Amino acid sequence: MAAFFDWFRWLYEATGINLTILYDAFDRQRMVAGFWTTVWLCLVCIALSVVIGVVGAWLQGSSLKWTRRAVQGFIALFRDTPPLVQIYFFYFGLGALLPRVPNAYGIPEPVLTNVQWAIISLSLFAGAFNIEIFRSGIEAVPRATVEAAEALGYSRLRAYVHVVLPLAFRICLPALNNNLVNLVKTTTLAYAIAVPEMLYVAKQIWSDATNVPEMMVFLLLAYVFLVGCVVWVMGRIERRLKVPGIGL
Amino acid sequence: MSGGRILPVILPPGARGATGGPWRAPTLRARHGAVLVLALLLAVGAAEAAAEPGRPSILGTLWRWTPLLLEGFVFNIAISLLAMAIGTVAGLAVGLGLISPNPGVRGVSWCLTQLFRNAPWLVLLFFVMFLLPFEFRVGGVTIPFPGWIKATLGFALPVMANTAEIVRGAIQSIPYGQWEAAESLAFSRRRTLWTIILPQCVKRMLPPWMNLYSLVAMATVQASVVGVTEMLTLVSEVHAAEGGRPELLAPLYGYALLCFFLYCYPIGRLTARLERRFQVRI
Amino acid sequence: MAAWTPDQPLLRLADVHKSFGAVEVLKGVGFDVMKGEVVCIIGPSGSGKSTILRCINALVPIDRGSILVEGQEVNDPRLDKLALRRKVGMVFQQYNLFPHKTALQNVMMAPLQVLKQDKAEVEARAHRLMAKVRLQDKEQSYPGELSGGQQQRVAIARSLAMNPELMLFDEVTAALDPETVKEVLVTIRELAEEGMTCVLVTHEMGFAREVGDHIYFTDRGVIVEHGPPKEFFARASDPRTRQFLDQIL
Repeated sequence: MAAFFDWFRWLYEATGINLTILYDAFDRQRMVAGFWTTVWLCLVCIALSVVIGVVGAWLQGSSLKWTRRAVQGFIALFRDTPPLVQIYFFYFGLGALLPRVPNAYGIPEPVLTNVQWAIISLSLFAGAFNIEIFRSGIEAVPRATVEAAEALGYSRLRAYVHVVLPLAFRICLPALNNNLVNLVKTTTLAYAIAVPEMLYVAKQIWSDATNVPEMMVFLLLAYVFLVGCVVWVMGRIERRLKVPGIGL
Repeated sequence: MSGGRILPVILPPGARGATGGPWRAPTLRARHGAVLVLALLLAVGAAEAAAEPGRPSILGTLWRWTPLLLEGFVFNIAISLLAMAIGTVAGLAVGLGLISPNPGVRGVSWCLTQLFRNAPWLVLLFFVMFLLPFEFRVGGVTIPFPGWIKATLGFALPVMANTAEIVRGAIQSIPYGQWEAAESLAFSRRRTLWTIILPQCVKRMLPPWMNLYSLVAMATVQASVVGVTEMLTLVSEVHAAEGGRPELLAPLYGYALLCFFLYCYPIGRLTARLERRFQVRI
Repeated sequence: MAAWTPDQPLLRLADVHKSFGAVEVLKGVGFDVMKGEVVCIIGPSGSGKSTILRCINALVPIDRGSILVEGQEVNDPRLDKLALRRKVGMVFQQYNLFPHKTALQNVMMAPLQVLKQDKAEVEARAHRLMAKVRLQDKEQSYPGELSGGQQQRVAIARSLAMNPELMLFDEVTAALDPETVKEVLVTIRELAEEGMTCVLVTHEMGFAREVGDHIYFTDRGVIVEHGPPKEFFARASDPRTRQFLDQIL
């Protein structure tokens, strides 16, 4: 392993291609930590956004007009405003309005850290899209299919669980796929509030080592890799659920 | 859609029409945008309550800085329009490359599309900002290359890749019979493409392309992260000029949210309407 | 109310009215179906035929009148719809199979999930039903892989899996290719011959004449004329019926 890393030191000396993240232990640790921060941010936000999507789509089926409108407003708000401004609004705006609580050493600290704010705002942002995606999936299940279930004695809830949701999920997979890929890309915005994710770490490293082009290429490849992972996992799910005749 | 027999088991989303159903999304009208204004006022109110007495009111502050902030917003829109124009032209070329009979052209186009479509916009922005020179020298003449132009190019890259995908998708959605019919009329490939296929594609491309524009408009604020002065930069400058009062941040950023919402929401509605209208007439 | 006995009609409709908004689709429909009887309802499109079936299965509530299944009022809000739908099976024009389940799973789903019956028993019955509709070799196919006629036969098996007393067929051959119509009709005729009580809405006059015990002709929300098939087709007197039959035959 050491020889492998040293080879990159040699590469730097020989060609000037300076990959400090490989031969320099400190930079390597920073980047590994940044990479995992990004991965963790992605996973938590994906999970939360899917939950928001399911709950929101369910609320949107409510019989109360204002509940539906509130959900609709939430979607419009988060979909038609820049996610970066949303993050600033949450972190700087709301963060400043929340009270500070003393920590273990008695020093007042914000209630929520920048990482937590990033998670909240990114999840809400992607969740708003997920609501729409799930709702249109549910709407695409033909009324007649639900009726057939009712004619077989299914209650409303059972028909929903056994017929509507399995179908709706399959229908909305491609759109969900797109949105989750988008979410992975959007996590870079957490950079703006100093969350030590991959882009932030890369910036630190190239400030120290002035190896901008190398880090840039690395970043591009790293994100293309992460996006590829999401696409691969979603593709597997899609194949597993594939049923002949549901051609979407 | 996969090929073969498509049975009427699943309707495309949004095409339910006459069958109706219990899960209808309510349409949001302009007056519901009032809720947003209300939210802003609430934020202002909360901030007002937190403010120490004797300070200028928050609404008054917002009003005073409105000309400057709106100027910044217009700049954002200008960047987005320019990026969209450049990206669309380049994207059309790459999109045609994606369906080129030449495998080399196809491969290069595919790589460009995948790379710039899957990389985060902010990373692309850094990429362009740091790797392009701040001035060009053409035969002794120095052409300055300011940050905002570089940022525009940075936004044009993902626009290009996404437009390419849109173009490819639209062209491939045109039935192959159209190509055959044109060929039987002795049209060349290029002629068929420009006079027969592409005109039919415009309708299909318009909604996703407008969606893309909306995304670009919202992404322009990211330019502030790489040091281009635009609306968000101005927001923090205004905040500093007002003495850095923390309770002023929520209303200021809320104000920025409102500007973008008022600009992008109508675009989104129009896109949705076009999508519905074009869907019926396939 | 006196308990229902087999000598009473299994299904009794009396003065059934139903409107959708301002449009009155049923304007006082009434008829009886005895156990083991096969009743065919014919008539022009939009005459309310399908609505009658949907009302019987409580898929749509009626405005006025009464529908009795085994002496039980369908229109009663306190009615246990599950119990009713266990007694009444319905087959739709568009088959409406569950596309994410195989043919066999489609047949097994409702007995397992709604009636909570024993899995082995349900599976054995499902195999028998698939054989009955001559699709034992298609048990593992998804609806998307089956032809219209095959899907419709699976749909019939799916309804039969609930052991219904009464089967409703809503224009079950209207969406099929001419060559597959026959296989579905054969299945229905076999059911009728076994003594299943059936109400069919159909455009297949030949089939109605062959298997029907009684024909009802509806137009604009009322029953215009009815009778046993031989008499009905030979001596229908109402001009509306004559005009309809002339167009069809």
